[in-house]
This record gives sequence, structure tokens and C-alpha cells, in this order.
Amino acid sequence: MSEFRMPSLGADMEAGTLVEWRVAPGDAVERGDVVALVETDKGLIEIEIWEGGVVDRLLVAKGTKVPVGTVLATLKTAETTPAPPVVRASPGAKQLARELDVDLASVRGTGPHDSITRADVERASSKPPPAREGQLDLAAIRRAIAAAMARSKREIPHYYLATEIDVSRALAWLEAENARRDPTERVLFAAVLLVAVARAAREVPEVNGFFVDGAFRPSSDVHAGVAISLRQGGLVSPAIHDVHRKSVAETQAALRDLVARARAGRLRSSEMSDATITVTNLGDQGVASVFGVIYPPQVALVGFGKVVDKPWAEGGMIGVRPILTATLAADHRVSDGHRGGLFLAAVARILQKPEEL
Amino acid sequence: MRDPNDVRRAVLAAITSVAPEVDPNAVDAKRPLREQLDLDSMDFLNVIVAIHRDLGVDVPERDYAKLATLDSAVAYLVAKP
Repeated sequence: MSEFRMPSLGADMEAGTLVEWRVAPGDAVERGDVVALVETDKGLIEIEIWEGGVVDRLLVAKGTKVPVGTVLATLKTAETTPAPPVVRASPGAKQLARELDVDLASVRGTGPHDSITRADVERASSKPPPAREGQLDLAAIRRAIAAAMARSKREIPHYYLATEIDVSRALAWLEAENARRDPTERVLFAAVLLVAVARAAREVPEVNGFFVDGAFRPSSDVHAGVAISLRQGGLVSPAIHDVHRKSVAETQAALRDLVARARAGRLRSSEMSDATITVTNLGDQGVASVFGVIYPPQVALVGFGKVVDKPWAEGGMIGVRPILTATLAADHRVSDGHRGGLFLAAVARILQKPEEL
Repeated sequence: MRDPNDVRRAVLAAITSVAPEVDPNAVDAKRPLREQLDLDSMDFLNVIVAIHRDLGVDVPERDYAKLATLDSAVAYLVAKP
């Protein structure tokens, strides 16, 4: 038997309100399934479970606000129970089946390995699928930002570095890539920058990880927190996971999905809690340079400004090139200017060979 | 040749699908859309995707500047084969 607890979804989260269970006692769950919807200061977050098994008991009722760490449910794991007959269905399909009173055992799956999809459930039901609306409490989001940023400036000795990067090769490569892509598959420059940051962070690990209990814990994976402004105001920084292993196209797809869900108030718990480095891009707003505030317990934030045409000398010749200012705000308890400089130099070098991204 | 009124409606529908808070009647047809409506790169790409879906027009990246204002977008999309 194991316990499923209210997770911490950010440095300053103390409690969350259980809005909805996505599972019922007896349901089989797999690692990564969304099992609950929780309201926090940053909006509604889908909570994933990190252990497979069968849901035993739900201990917290809908609408209840509980502190981080509270046991929400118990789970029979493989060690405690014989394997039940497993219905292969996506978490979304399971949720929809509950909402539409559809017995999954009676549904024929058309997904991978005959798993049941949302479309299968919709077909099996006589009811129309329910409309879902995201809910965002902007005042609460602003309070959460204020708490995290005040803590950051109180506790983290920031240092700042900036460098100018000639991005003519990267932009030319991107233009050629996008010219042969359908609009739905076009890549934004922001995705190229995310991949470059992730690969540079693997070279200089002091900018990637967490400072916890007086010590730095580097991360071997790069989960890039992306600062996303909400259209109604406010800001969230959910993570795109494993960017160091993703192509530019995969990163673009993940970014597009993340922006859409952030603005709909439908982020997942893992995305809110495990960014290892944050990237903020204010080029769209015409900002020249970004000097950011690190999101604790992370140890670095990378900023990108607007690409502007500037005179640029290379090989003894002066020409006009598109220039991007990249900045690093980093935690001096973990790294120093020398290592931070190497990180920015790595970003610049990687962007000179975009075809390798 | 598409009907300019149909195209204008389609462009505004694409914009409001991305930025639901925008009042289509309040859009200044001569001011840059991105600045006026606070559309970032992702929003603008999503508008391009919606136009592609609804009008069947594939706007290449090099022509994005021609969709800067509502008026210029309508003129471009009406004439685009």
C-alpha cells in the first residue's frame, strides 16, 4: 500500500484545494496518469501520480483545502495486490467515461494496443461531451509571483551577464525550414533558443538544478521553465521536460501545447514543480535585454531580447547582422561569472550551427 | 478572388479564437494588430494557422509582414490565389 499526497507545485505553495478526482476506488492507474485536479494560487493544475497500482481509498473530498503533504488517497501497489484486470484507456478517456457514465469494459478501443481513447468513449455515449472552461484567479497568481520573487531577491545573491549573439545563421536556417513546413508545423525562434539553452546547460551544469537545504543539487535532465504571460495578465513558468533530448520541432510542439494549456488554466503538476532552469523571451515586446529574477529553488534564468539589425565585425569586415542579446541571471552561491560566461558562450556557439539542433 | 467582407470576418474570427478577450468591433483596421492586441509570436502563428484552416490560404513566413494590420491582411488574403 502506498500513499498519494498533495504535492508541492512551487516554492511558495503551502496548500491546495482538491477540485475534482479523476479516478475512483478500484481504478487501475499508471505512472504519469492525471488523477486529480487541484486549485492553487497559480490556477487549476492537473495532478499526476508517480506510481502505478489500483486506487484503494480517496481520503479528501472535493472542495477541501489541505496542506502540502496531506495524504489524498491510498494506492494498492503491485506488492500489495494481485494485478486486476486492466482496462487500457488514456487518462482523458477514463475521465470522460466517468463524466458520461460510460462503462469502459463495454467500450472497444481503437488506440495503440487497442487502448480506449476519448473518441471511443464519445462514440459509446449518448450524451454530448461536456464543455470545460479554465479558471484563473489573477489576484492569486500575482500574489504567488510576489511571494516567489520576494523570496528570490531575499535569499539568492544574483549576478548578471549579457552577451550579443549574431543569429543570422540561425534565422536563415529557420526561414528555410519553415518555408517547407505547413503552418501548423512551423517553428518559432523561441523553440530554437530553448534547445540551445538546454544543450548549453548540459555543458555548464552549475546553471541547471536546485539550491535546497544549503546545497546545490544539479540536474542531469534539462526541464526548461518557460515564462508565459497570460492574456488576462499575470505570468506562469511551467516546464517543458527533457529539452536536451528534444529536436527543435519537438520543442516547438511542446511549447505550443504548453502555452495553450497555460492560458486555459490546464497545467500539470509535474510541469509546475520541476523546471530546472527558466527561459524568458521578451523580444516580442521590443525589449533589448532581460535581467530576470531567478525562480527559487532554481539557480539561473536565461533572458532573450529582441533581434535587431546592428553593425557587426567579423573577419576584419563590418556588415549588418541580426543581433540578439542573451542574458544570464545566476545564483552566486552555485556559480560565478566565469562559469556563467562559459554558459552564454556555449549558447552563442550552438546557435552558429542550427542544423545540428 | 475572395469576398473582402468574408475575409475580414474570417481574420477577425481567427484573432478572437486566439485572443478571446478582443472585441472585433473595436479593432482599428489601420493599426498594427500585434501591437494593438498584444499578440506574441505564438499568438500570431496561431492566427496564421486559423486562417489556413478557415480560408485555405497558406501564408508563407516571408509574407507575415503583409498581415500587419487588418486592412493589409484583408487586401493580401483577398488577392492571394
